[in-house]
Amino acid sequence: MLKARAFATSVAGWTEWIGTRVAAWAIFVAVLGGLTPGPRSHRAVAASPPLTIGFIYVGPKSDYGYNQAHAQGAAVIAKLPGVKIREEEMVPETSAVQKTMESMINLDGATVLFPTSFGYFDPHILKEAAKYKNVTFLHCGGLYTEGKHPTNVGSYFGYIDEAQYVAGIVAGMSTKSNKLGFIAAKAIPQVLRNINSYTLGARSVNPKATTTVIFTGDWSMPVKEAEAANSLIDQGIDVLTMHVDSPKVIVETAERRGIMVTGYHANQAALAPKGYLTGAEWNWGKVYTDYVGMIQAGKPYPHLLRGGLKEGFVKVSPYGKMVSAAAKKKADAAKAKFMDGKMVVYKGPLKDNTGKVVIAAGVEQKQTDIALEKMDYLVEGVVGKTH
Amino acid sequence: MGAQTGGGGVSAAAGVALGMVGGAIRISTPFLFVSLGECITEKSGRVNLGLEGTLVMGAMAAYGVSYLTSSPWLGVLAAGGCGVVLGALHGWLCARPRVNDVAVGIALMLFGVGLAFFLGKPLIGPTAPHLPSVSLGWWSASGQVRSALQVNALFVLGLVTTAAVRFVLRKTRWGLVIRTVGESADAARAMGYDIARVRLLATMAGGFLAGVGGSFLSLFYPGSWNEGLSSGQGLMAVALVIFARWDPVRCLLASLLFGGASALGPALQSVGVTSGYYLFNAAPYVLTLAIIVLTSSRDRALLGQPAELRMAR
Repeated sequence: MLKARAFATSVAGWTEWIGTRVAAWAIFVAVLGGLTPGPRSHRAVAASPPLTIGFIYVGPKSDYGYNQAHAQGAAVIAKLPGVKIREEEMVPETSAVQKTMESMINLDGATVLFPTSFGYFDPHILKEAAKYKNVTFLHCGGLYTEGKHPTNVGSYFGYIDEAQYVAGIVAGMSTKSNKLGFIAAKAIPQVLRNINSYTLGARSVNPKATTTVIFTGDWSMPVKEAEAANSLIDQGIDVLTMHVDSPKVIVETAERRGIMVTGYHANQAALAPKGYLTGAEWNWGKVYTDYVGMIQAGKPYPHLLRGGLKEGFVKVSPYGKMVSAAAKKKADAAKAKFMDGKMVVYKGPLKDNTGKVVIAAGVEQKQTDIALEKMDYLVEGVVGKTH
Repeated sequence: MGAQTGGGGVSAAAGVALGMVGGAIRISTPFLFVSLGECITEKSGRVNLGLEGTLVMGAMAAYGVSYLTSSPWLGVLAAGGCGVVLGALHGWLCARPRVNDVAVGIALMLFGVGLAFFLGKPLIGPTAPHLPSVSLGWWSASGQVRSALQVNALFVLGLVTTAAVRFVLRKTRWGLVIRTVGESADAARAMGYDIARVRLLATMAGGFLAGVGGSFLSLFYPGSWNEGLSSGQGLMAVALVIFARWDPVRCLLASLLFGGASALGPALQSVGVTSGYYLFNAAPYVLTLAIIVLTSSRDRALLGQPAELRMAR
């Protein structure tokens, strides 16, 4: 007993000793961190090559989804001359991302950062951008507002619903039950736009097709996504698609149950060789190469950058073997119209699924129309509710 | 709403009911194994909060071994083995003087999850062979019934384990020793039992079951390894033990109830009942709270709780 007590006292002593040392180091490092950023990043700019670029992902970069799409883009620019990249994955949308950004700037000398998750923007990027004026912050999400946000910030996004429209055409041509399923995370405008474009694409070639939507409530919920996929398949749905961070579980479930699937974010064909029709993919390699080119040339870059199929921001996965020639023809025709810039997905008269007219006859809302970014309805043919 | 379901031969209400039965079976298995494991550990008078870490570690190990050896059952064994090691670590640490088992449990939870993420990085890409399932729906012509009754072999094993744990705890000498150590350490010491050793073994057994529960997540449902695989199932299962009042059969019922309630949200949306899906998605938690409130009682609140089990010692 006595021995145990003596041991406990000495342990308490050590912990205290270690505690004070750790605190002292923490203060020292914090002071150093506070003092050094200015001169250090200056040095990085002065000795121009190589350009160090930091990529920050919210999840694992091999998730067959959102993060993998960005990591593939990063891998493309890593091969460019004079560019060095730094990556960190699994960084939550909290003050943790501020720490990651600061360590990339202070320790790695990064002068360009790509914090890729939507939720990194406000307040994290805005705070760091005000603190590090000579670092460029490029965010994925299209949230930049001129005059309101710091000038060293840019935001980009792609009209991926164009690729979803084309995938919808393939789905509408391939379904036998005329029932499509869409597993979505949250009812926010970008997600609703994908659901609606997919449905409009499918119904443009197959007016009998409907899309049943299940909202899981969050971006990454593997058990709920598998459950949603199974319930939809039980209801006779024979083509599934999704808007969640990692489509892997849904694509694998569809393949196992023997139905067709169209992918999202990245190419998931390897996961479903029998049922993968096509998919809507990002093409960030092109966007990042453009940005790096402008920055290396010292040219001003656009603070708000958007594009679709035509601009090469998004692409459609190669068609699977089971896609019929007729389906390919219709999908290719729509793709060609997008490439010409002649395609308008949202034009009146358009009704939502409660029968209300949301776009009046004769009105055309082009991709850049700001009204589309406030979308809060599901079009006719979608089974589901936004709230 | 709700009229646009059509076809399939089964009405919307039956579809939801079937979805919930199928969901109860699919979702409950990891809860069942972890709660049975925790039940054994807590009966010996110790709390292991680290089972969330064990679950994730088990899921990773099972996936890795199944991928490398193409034998999912070896994966299940490997998962159990990881659980035994983590349980032994917990049991050994807790036997040191002045060590709090809750604090050790939280540390091991973070350790297990972190280690599994670290070692599991190369396993996110590949696809591992799955555990087989048994079709109990062969008698039905309806595809929905058949898919709802695709019962995994591990679920059947879980039912057997429930009965076995109940039998061992109630009817055998080992069970009596575990319960004695959990009820009164002094009495057990007086009878000459090594309390630390009994608790170590009980924690290792609990860890084994929790690891096996993890293998179900990666090898059957949802059936792949990624870092978001367990959304707190291990922690929730530990809470279910208290809810089930340390009784293996009630652990089974609680797991089934929790699984069925988790399936409610997706099942309703798939037949077109879509209003208030946030509320339906929260159903398992609301239900758990409601049952705890309804069954609470001033004088029987701690019935079944091992007397040595105090959160702060």
